[in-house]
Amino acid sequence: MNLTLHIWRQKNASDPGRMVRYEAKNVNADMSFLEMLDVLNEELTLKGEDPVAFDSDCREGICGMCGFMINGVAHGPQRGTTVCQLHMRRFKEGDQLHLEPWRARAFPVIKDLVVDRSAFDRIIQAGGFISVSTGSAPDGNAILVPKPAADLAMDAAACIGCGACVAACPNAAAALFTGAKITHLAKLPQGQPERYQRVLGMVAQARQDLFGSCTNIGECEAVCPKAIPLDVIAGMNRDFIKASWERREEVIEKGAG
Amino acid sequence: MQLDSRIPSGPIEKAWDKARFEMKLVNPANKRKYSVIVVGSGLAGASASASLAELGYNVKCFCFQDSPRRAHSIAAQGGINAAKNYQNDGDSIYRLFYDTVKGGDFRAREANVYRLAQISVNIIDQCVAQGVPFAREYGGTLANRSFGGAQVSRTFYARGQTGQQLLLGAYQALERQVASGKVKMLARTEMLGLAVIDGRARGIVTRDLITGKVESHVADAVVLASGGYGNVYYLSTNAKGSNCTAIWRAHKRGAAFANPCFTQIHPTCIPVSGEYQSKLTLMSESLRNDGRIWVPKKKGDKRTPEQIPDAERDYYLERRYPSFGNLVPRDVASRNAKAVCDEGRGVGETGLGVYLDFSDAIQRLGADGIRERYGNLFEMYERITGEDPYRVPMRIFPAIHYTMGGLWVDYHLMSTIPGLFVIGEANFSDHGANRLGASALMQGLADGYFILPYTLGNYLAGAKLEKVDTAHAEFRSVENEVNAMTRRLLSIRGKRTVSSFHRELGKTLWEDCGMSRNRASLEGAIRKIRVLREEFWGNADVLGGGEELNQALEHAGRVADFLELGELLAIDALQRDESCGGHFREEHQTPDGEALRDDERFCYAAAWEYAGAGGQPVLNKEPLKFEYVPPTQRSYK
Repeated sequence: MNLTLHIWRQKNASDPGRMVRYEAKNVNADMSFLEMLDVLNEELTLKGEDPVAFDSDCREGICGMCGFMINGVAHGPQRGTTVCQLHMRRFKEGDQLHLEPWRARAFPVIKDLVVDRSAFDRIIQAGGFISVSTGSAPDGNAILVPKPAADLAMDAAACIGCGACVAACPNAAAALFTGAKITHLAKLPQGQPERYQRVLGMVAQARQDLFGSCTNIGECEAVCPKAIPLDVIAGMNRDFIKASWERREEVIEKGAG
Repeated sequence: MQLDSRIPSGPIEKAWDKARFEMKLVNPANKRKYSVIVVGSGLAGASASASLAELGYNVKCFCFQDSPRRAHSIAAQGGINAAKNYQNDGDSIYRLFYDTVKGGDFRAREANVYRLAQISVNIIDQCVAQGVPFAREYGGTLANRSFGGAQVSRTFYARGQTGQQLLLGAYQALERQVASGKVKMLARTEMLGLAVIDGRARGIVTRDLITGKVESHVADAVVLASGGYGNVYYLSTNAKGSNCTAIWRAHKRGAAFANPCFTQIHPTCIPVSGEYQSKLTLMSESLRNDGRIWVPKKKGDKRTPEQIPDAERDYYLERRYPSFGNLVPRDVASRNAKAVCDEGRGVGETGLGVYLDFSDAIQRLGADGIRERYGNLFEMYERITGEDPYRVPMRIFPAIHYTMGGLWVDYHLMSTIPGLFVIGEANFSDHGANRLGASALMQGLADGYFILPYTLGNYLAGAKLEKVDTAHAEFRSVENEVNAMTRRLLSIRGKRTVSSFHRELGKTLWEDCGMSRNRASLEGAIRKIRVLREEFWGNADVLGGGEELNQALEHAGRVADFLELGELLAIDALQRDESCGGHFREEHQTPDGEALRDDERFCYAAAWEYAGAGGQPVLNKEPLKFEYVPPTQRSYK
């Protein structure tokens, strides 16, 4: 099939950037979307033009490195799928595809479709862990975890940190990402000692990194390649309210809430 | 070169205790005076960085991805082994040790493997405490499954995402230390050179992948945790970015490279669909529990699978291995798939594939029964191929999955360069000639959480380290080398893309040094790789500049290293004139076509020394002794 691509080209962080049109000829339906771009890049290279920069690594939908907007939808039209797993049979002859990087203040563009998502790491640094140093763990079966709790924790822990939720959100909120980690750890007995301090720290950090606020729109859930449910945001909000009351002093200090 | 493996004397059960007791300690107040560089942030690198920082060392951790959480450990599906014996089914540390040595086809060091089995139990405890959501029984205890043909259920798992969950546990521990200021994390930064001062590793030279800035970093010790080199084959189950650059550049500065020809091929991957293919996707081995593998009896049979009646199908594994059938080990299943395809009986458009058919299982268990067991895998298969495996048999083909070879390390995980430690898949130590399922995660975490923090401290306490900084001439010289290579790559301006060289290298190695190898094919591979390398330096096309985000330049540097490593891989395979584990030399097989070891001549680890560009690498041998697990011939008939 033949497609027309309109791709965001931006040389570096200070370049204003613009859309550039490319023709993708003889695209094989069995290619992944990124393989289609690989072929385009080979052609551009041979013509002496700068290839399109995009992030990817595992190419099996688990590392979370890839991702951009296709016609305004994060990771493109197939639900529960990252762009590396999206295949060209989903498109048809003559399609016009607009490719743009994640757009959010907290994710500045580095080049073309590549953005800086280090703000996600900072949210984890603000409490997205259990403080247990190597060597100080009790036996694995010493603390029993009910199966339903383990399953719910796993549902939330499946987040790959790709940033699609932020890109899809009109407020550019990081609520699904932050809520997923908070829920994962809050469901487990091991996560209890730091539960409320964690939610306060992570929410405050998300604000500081210029993510917006959640207004329950639900775009994030719709584009999430791992189908993380909106419930994780509700869980985060519940814990946040509780923590804000019980630890008012800290909240005032940190400026969250 | 002297290879001193530093294996503690005395009974193997006490070896690690003895070694730990004999190790020198660094006074808690002095730990903060030391700095350590860790290259790579996968299971090994993240766990090591976090653990060293918890002890008080100052750590700088580097990764080429945008976040340490992307490292390819994240893609591991199956699980992690541990000798917990929670199932009361007869498992023990000794049994896990025994299975691993035997599975490695008697080419691993016994003492290392024993220690790995001992530590396996601590890993599970640590990960549970971190909040890794392992699968649970209804009573709340940890669940186990049997994996990769093991006779006991010792594999712990988190759905099909065990690697992801273990890595996120280590990543979170690492981020906690970043927050505390003990770890400085440098993402999107690639190591391009190793600085060796007075015979000791004292730092690295890196390139900032966004600005192109080349920079020196000094430390008291350097740890490489940069993963395996499977991408030398171009197509593999590794991530696109996985590369050998860190270990290869260290090799060129004097670290011996051991057993590069020990590569693992996984039998159940989705076949290649065309030239544009960028990587291969693994389908869990568990599918072979219910799927039946077959090809048409007739060569070049172009009928669709449902048009081929049962009598005209060849269920070749069931025919050749009546007792193990479709469950033969990875290397045997892979070689047989290649053999039937070589005969012209392969299926699919390319003829490089065999059917994995679930129709009998669906009849027996119903579609719902199959969905319950393999639903997510079937979905993944359909997403990639566009075919519904509930109706049409899956097509599978073997692919490169893991590399057992790597930089040579002693019992302390230190390479032949003092102060340079190598952990995880990047080293060669524990899996011999073949790795068992669910053992890679175990090794990466054992090295990072529980071995390196002791052995590195011992090194620091015993070494008399001069104070050096990045103004030292050695750093200038390595920086100059790195800059010269960048300039050279950017100035070729030839007519072929870097990817096309990478593809051709991969194809050569896959055909001549893949699932099976022989003298002639290996000699041919060495010749072809030399020619290709020459062409690369005269005809590769790398656009753009060195002072910006330039993904083509990154790739070019990695491919340049693969073009050198590929040759060493073939040289090692040629030298090892026996078959063992994943290394199958066609000249050495039993009458049944099984791998035939030669313990008289080849019971050693081959540690290669770099001899300069164009020089013949020098072979050093570390003899392997088997005092606890007597070598035997494997049979699956």
